[in-house]
Amino acid sequence: MTPLASLFNVSLVGVGGQGIVLTSDLLALAAVQAGCDVKKSEIHGMSQRGGSVISQVRFGAKVFSPIIPDGQSDVLVSFERTEALRWAHLAKPGARILVNDMERIPVTVSSGLQAPLRDADQRLAAYPGLMLLAANPLAEQAGNLRTANVVLMGALSTLIPFAEAHWQAAMRERIPARLLEVNLRAFALGRHAVGVSP
Amino acid sequence: MKKLLSANQAIAWAANRAGCRVAAAYPGTPSTEILENIVQFKDVINCEWSVNEKVALEIGIGASLAGVRALVAMKHVGLNVAMDALMTFTHIGAIGGLVLVNADDPSMHSSQNEQDNRSLAKFARCLLFEPADSQEAYDMVVAGFELSEQHQVPVIVRITTRTAHTSTIVDLGAGERIEAPAIPYVKNAQRNVAMPAHGRLMRFAVEKRTAALRALTEESPFNRAEAGTGDLGIVAAGVAYQYVKEIFPDAPVFKVGLSFPPPIEKIRAFAAGVKRLVVIEESDPVLADQIRAAGIPVMEPHMELHMMELNPARLAALRAELLGTPAPETPKPEAGIPVRPPVLCSGCSHRGPFYILGKLKATVCGDIGCYTLGSAPPLSAMDTCVCMGAAIPVAIGMRKAGLANRRIAAVMGDSTFFHAGMTGLLDVAYNNIPITVMVFDNRITAMTGHQENPGSGHTLTGETAPAARVADIARAFGIQRVHEVEPYDLARLEQVFTECLDSGEPAVVVVRGPCVLHEKWAGKFINAVDADQCTACGACFRLGCPAIVRGEPKDPEGKRFKSRIDPQFCTGCNLCAQVCRFGAIAPAQGRNAS
Repeated sequence: MTPLASLFNVSLVGVGGQGIVLTSDLLALAAVQAGCDVKKSEIHGMSQRGGSVISQVRFGAKVFSPIIPDGQSDVLVSFERTEALRWAHLAKPGARILVNDMERIPVTVSSGLQAPLRDADQRLAAYPGLMLLAANPLAEQAGNLRTANVVLMGALSTLIPFAEAHWQAAMRERIPARLLEVNLRAFALGRHAVGVSP
Repeated sequence: MKKLLSANQAIAWAANRAGCRVAAAYPGTPSTEILENIVQFKDVINCEWSVNEKVALEIGIGASLAGVRALVAMKHVGLNVAMDALMTFTHIGAIGGLVLVNADDPSMHSSQNEQDNRSLAKFARCLLFEPADSQEAYDMVVAGFELSEQHQVPVIVRITTRTAHTSTIVDLGAGERIEAPAIPYVKNAQRNVAMPAHGRLMRFAVEKRTAALRALTEESPFNRAEAGTGDLGIVAAGVAYQYVKEIFPDAPVFKVGLSFPPPIEKIRAFAAGVKRLVVIEESDPVLADQIRAAGIPVMEPHMELHMMELNPARLAALRAELLGTPAPETPKPEAGIPVRPPVLCSGCSHRGPFYILGKLKATVCGDIGCYTLGSAPPLSAMDTCVCMGAAIPVAIGMRKAGLANRRIAAVMGDSTFFHAGMTGLLDVAYNNIPITVMVFDNRITAMTGHQENPGSGHTLTGETAPAARVADIARAFGIQRVHEVEPYDLARLEQVFTECLDSGEPAVVVVRGPCVLHEKWAGKFINAVDADQCTACGACFRLGCPAIVRGEPKDPEGKRFKSRIDPQFCTGCNLCAQVCRFGAIAPAQGRNAS
């Protein structure tokens, strides 16, 4: 495949511990496989302690800024519902917003220090590009709840012009052999869930 | 050979490529992964986690003076700790190439302050590189070793969080290691013993060297003009260059890669070809001030550019100001989304001690690590946090100031204690200060991602090591009242803390319990809340445990909620059952793992 002529921007957001960094690694490696220039930028550090996490991947013929300007993400992938709303402004107007249909309540809300968000459903529904996917049950079906991130990546793969082989090569490069099978299954389930035949 | 690498990874590959033989660092975000990646070359690079950054740099100095190439890495504040060594070493001068990688953290993604360490490189008359991506980080570290040796100068490579943690494609060339022969060691007191008589000679040598470096930087391929159109010329350094190329794609740009000494004459020539010159650099106007001082006019935009991380949006606003183009419209963030701050993990061994310190209304001088999160609500159990090791001396100062609250505690983790806490504790013993020093000892450097430390029993390369015991150190210093306690028995913690805080004498409490993330520690059960017994009093919520979530509302208005325990996150630490006065929390049925 020839490199994409224009830049393609993906923002991945969620909660520390959800596998966001691994997913963005795989996306970046798939972009390399597809012959693109690529930059992958993430902010971690305190993220392991359950904070909000963001990683951004840009690919195309030539990438300069590692940061995607707000409102310029072609796809926003959120591993959790509240985080999708927190970062929705990163997406281009009308762009695909792929969301794992699960909620992790911030401890500040569960302990009563902050008001809960009561209208999350309505707010999410207002985004025309919203794609809700229940990735957790599919991950369990694949054989490991912790592959929910790769289920989401399977769905994401249908929105990006890479060949399936590019994704699989990226997984073989980055995922330890003993976990490869379950992740390949999770990826296929995610792809299938949004309409690509297995 | 091409690889997708973060700058931190690329720097490790560069160290190997350049024949580096010694590497030392103390972990600190965003620099930690440099040594974690150098470990793959441990057969040829002798590498270690040092006790602190000053020790790391001094080890690098020893290796350099012995004639081999050495790399030292630290975060920005680490160089504050190591500055004493740097300021004299720059007088002595390197023999084997010495590269100091220093990671600034604009916007303080994982730091307690913001500082631009390029000023320290200028202050110390070191060569300074500013890579804009991983490829440059690789190339500059390789070049840095050469130049350090040729000019006997310490070389600083300034990365930032964005470059450190951005992966870009790196051409490693052939990639293999090129051995740099050790420069034969010659004992030479006049050269290597810094004392007044020698120092005066060295002082002149430093300025002579800097003059030579000024000539070198003018010729460096890392400093180059890129042609463009328009009357606005931009000087850019570090990652800011990437934002400039994205937002001002057509403008003439002078890219500064070797930024101290700055290539003033090249910039003067570039400035002569444009009507207006602006300097875009991350954090302080370090380059801009030096360019202005050379008599080259530099614009100062109205918008603030010197605090916090730059990004394309800020440069787009700058573009609007400078070129009169319309400011780009960007979607507004959703309002009212609850914040999600980092929290102490469920089962964290720090939670119980902070809960008790809060209950005892102690004044708590804290320190740098995961446990700084003990300052956040609902625990809210910390009064101060300054820098690595400061907890103890700050507590001493508060006691000397006559603070009304006599219950003064200093809290730090094990790695911080070894890094810079021991001297403070010795001061407590020596001067007989009646405060209680608490070391939350999880035997790992947790915050930066579980690096080994002198208490953990292992080294960076996985060798076993003697595990230093905090209580033994305290006793050796002469502290009489020393306790070791485990972190999950609240009654025992309260008893020991109260006894020490009210003793009127120096005391040390070591709270020993492993990091739940590191050892995958879990109790023999998980807890559940009996909704019939729960009165919605809220006591368990005050632990701030992420496993304790809102359950059903207690009243029809939905103002008070019973608690519920999320079985996915409960570790069975059992703190919640100990704070529940109604017996509503007990082990869940059927989950006795034994």
